[in-house]
Amino acid sequence: MKVQIRYFASLRETLGMPGETLETSSEDVAALRAELMAKGGAYAQALSSGRAVRVAVNQVMAAGDTRLSDHCEVGFFPPVTGG
Amino acid sequence: MATRVLIQTADFDVGVEIDALRAQDLRVGAVCSFVGTVRDTRALTGQAQDEVQAMELEHYPGMTEKSIEAMIDEAHKRFDFYAARVVHRVGRLLPADQIVLVAVTSAHRGESFKACEFLMDYLKTQAPFWKKEQTPEGAHWVDARVSDDAALARWGIQSTNA
Repeated sequence: MKVQIRYFASLRETLGMPGETLETSSEDVAALRAELMAKGGAYAQALSSGRAVRVAVNQVMAAGDTRLSDHCEVGFFPPVTGG
Repeated sequence: MATRVLIQTADFDVGVEIDALRAQDLRVGAVCSFVGTVRDTRALTGQAQDEVQAMELEHYPGMTEKSIEAMIDEAHKRFDFYAARVVHRVGRLLPADQIVLVAVTSAHRGESFKACEFLMDYLKTQAPFWKKEQTPEGAHWVDARVSDDAALARWGIQSTNA
């Protein structure tokens, strides 16, 4: 399936892009994160398990076991600091 | 329904926003508001390296608005208030600038005080905004605080943002 990925704040800076479209067979958020980390380089740095990363699927906060669907939007970002 | 959530680069006028929120609603007997502003940490510590020269606020367009709308819906389930409005600025801000306004109307003060605090506690850990501070030593992203997760936990909501 195809997913639209968006990166924000420090993740966007580390990866040097605001997002990308990816063809993936990952079925949930944790699998997608692992797939991206396996690319190494900036991906491994930005998404390493030691780093606090939050994920949203279709613009709703998600957990590792949140399922992905074709053409869904997945946002990766650091802990939020608004207000 | 009146606009409940505004994300904008422009500054806001608290009086204008509160007037719009009250909207001639004669049931209103209490208005509670919170304004968050950009702090220059140097003014607290006296240390030159702590100077906050500017702040850049990033957000997730679309999700930010949806998440705050959902927070207001949740607040309505918990507290007996009439209306709420959240205005949050994004982009480049300077020390003393206004960042965020949460305003709530109710019949009596208790419910609007509680709803206002609940909305701010929720926003701090659940709304996708990120702050970057510009200091004499360079720019850095502000770290999330465990104390903000604890603030939300008081309302029975577990958060692991920080």
